[in-house]
Amino acid sequence: MSAREDMLAQMRRALGRGVLDEAKKAELEARLAAHPRNLVPKRAQLDHPAQVELFIEMAERAAATTVRVASLAEVPTAVAEFLAAQNLPAAIRLAPDPGLQAMPWRDRPLLKVETGIAQPGDRASVSPAFAGVAETGTLMMVSGPTSPTTLNFLPENHIVVLRADQIVGPFEDAWDRLRAARRGADFPRAINFITGPSRSADIEQQLVMGAHGPRRLHIILVAEDSNAQAKA
Amino acid sequence: MQPTCHAFKENAHAALNDATLQRAISKLGFQAARAAAVARLPEFEALRDRGRDIKNHVLENLDFYLERFEAKVRERGGEVHWCRTPAEAREAVLAICRGVGARTVTKGKSMIGEEIAINDYLAANGITPIETDFGEYIIQLRHEPPSHIIAPAIHLTKDQVSDTFLESHRQYGKTRRLAEPGEMLAEAREILREKFIAADVGITGANFLVAETGSSFIVTNEGNGDLTQTLTKAHIVLATPEKLVPTLEDATTLLRLLARSATGQEMSVYTTMSTGPRRPDDLDGPAAYHVVILDNGRTALLGTEFQDILRCIKCAACLNHCPVYNTIGGHAYGWVYPGPMGSVLTPAILGVEEAGDLPNATTLCGRCESVCPMRIPLPKMLRHWREREYEKGLSPPRYRAGLRVWAWFAKRPGLYHLAARFGMSVLGALGRRKGRFHRLPFAGGWTSGRDMPAPEGPTFHALWAARGDGAGA
Repeated sequence: MSAREDMLAQMRRALGRGVLDEAKKAELEARLAAHPRNLVPKRAQLDHPAQVELFIEMAERAAATTVRVASLAEVPTAVAEFLAAQNLPAAIRLAPDPGLQAMPWRDRPLLKVETGIAQPGDRASVSPAFAGVAETGTLMMVSGPTSPTTLNFLPENHIVVLRADQIVGPFEDAWDRLRAARRGADFPRAINFITGPSRSADIEQQLVMGAHGPRRLHIILVAEDSNAQAKA
Repeated sequence: MQPTCHAFKENAHAALNDATLQRAISKLGFQAARAAAVARLPEFEALRDRGRDIKNHVLENLDFYLERFEAKVRERGGEVHWCRTPAEAREAVLAICRGVGARTVTKGKSMIGEEIAINDYLAANGITPIETDFGEYIIQLRHEPPSHIIAPAIHLTKDQVSDTFLESHRQYGKTRRLAEPGEMLAEAREILREKFIAADVGITGANFLVAETGSSFIVTNEGNGDLTQTLTKAHIVLATPEKLVPTLEDATTLLRLLARSATGQEMSVYTTMSTGPRRPDDLDGPAAYHVVILDNGRTALLGTEFQDILRCIKCAACLNHCPVYNTIGGHAYGWVYPGPMGSVLTPAILGVEEAGDLPNATTLCGRCESVCPMRIPLPKMLRHWREREYEKGLSPPRYRAGLRVWAWFAKRPGLYHLAARFGMSVLGALGRRKGRFHRLPFAGGWTSGRDMPAPEGPTFHALWAARGDGAGA
């Protein structure tokens, strides 16, 4: 008997039954298809302006920094200002995302903008969020050709562009948005939920920022919810 | 690793007399952090009920969800490897590594990796394993096992880590002695960055497997698990059957419990869901995705009095709140899983013959159960192991004889009360002068560390009866 068959047989023996009957299987399949919500904390059930405020509060509590801008056109300036404030070189690795690339980077001629996956020497990356979860101040990053995963982890400084209309209350709403966006198609290879910058407390429980991932996480929150094509 | 659970008593004595270890574990702050996080979420207790119910539902239908998970993984281009024993799991991992011609393997933290001792096996087969979780990296350099399931190097002081780095990092031209954790982390980060980029295979554990989507979840604070799986040719996930949850909503409920119970964070920094290998139009990510599912005695616990331990999400709250763990640290337990959850799981995997001391190394104070996010009745299961030990005739003869004598009296209440009254009055009379005993016959082990107070009056039963207010009803 193969290990697979052996393990399944062992489970059924231990549970005191055979293979589940068709009715029970159908019931379990129905639960998977309906994916019912369990308990959603009250904290996450707010109107949208309050969700945005909570998102910022929770993200900052997790040691992310945030800045609010009025429109997508202001993002390049916000990026340049963050780099200057941190004494970082004026250079970024930009995600190959049409929405991000359409921003007026020419307004900042001194900012070196390279596109693609992260390279070992990159100091700062800029990538698009799929959603922001207010409940815990968490960014939801979705892998794909326009948002490579390495941008989230390799550079020391990670700058994320999030539109206010991408902020949801609980995680359950973020899942629903992802399911709607994919319409039953393939899920992405990786979904990274990011709550603050990388850290470790492995020595004497002393908290140190910047373990393997970014030392700094900077969120540029764009107020406008126009830009329909960037909604993907 | 070779278990030393059978030598628990010696291990514990050594731990108590290890001044450096005592210094390291004297200032753990997990309890306060958890309490603060729980206080911020009014629904926490209700979420614990939901978490328990989700896992109970999974365990009742485990065969269904495993097959469903496997089907989804395959649909996304990944592979599931079913392994009954550690030997089968090691073989599966080695075969995948050989398949891509691996020379080095980076690893995220995985307790299953420890359980199957994958590092030693890979090394013996010419493949270099590199731990990348900061704590795991430190203990790998020191050739030590982890002492805590989420903070593996918690038994060390920063001076010890500093010594280890000075010795181990000389080969990279690092010769300065570092004083602060921040400097040590920066040095490890620099060295490990090269290893991430050069590695061929990345091995991680899994906090959850999701049947709905065929995905695995990992939760880290460092980001090492992500670099491990993103920069290599193949991602291997080491997991066990009970890691399954039905849907993303179910995983979400457990995530609300996990970090708060573990470190007191609202969420760990990185929660990553991985589904299959890189897609044709992806620019990065591993070309292959494998999930190794190890049983190693777990499914045999289904339908037994130990089934509830399979709800464990490895948050370590029970370790962090255990007075015994906080006194002796994790190594004394002698294998991979220390603390209360380990004292239940270890006898199930290694046998009560090897690990029978562990369920006895507890006062059954119940703090573990009171903080367990999955409401696992740990004290009850520790007692079940004691019963098994007794049934198998493994407990010491004097202990068994004492229990038999006690049971004989306990079954005869009149005689029991008479004997208790007699014993109390004799002890009370003998100890009247000093009020305590330095030494008592048959209880030398107990009195070697403390004095026995002399009884001062009637027995508890007599006092209780004298109250006569029906409070005992």
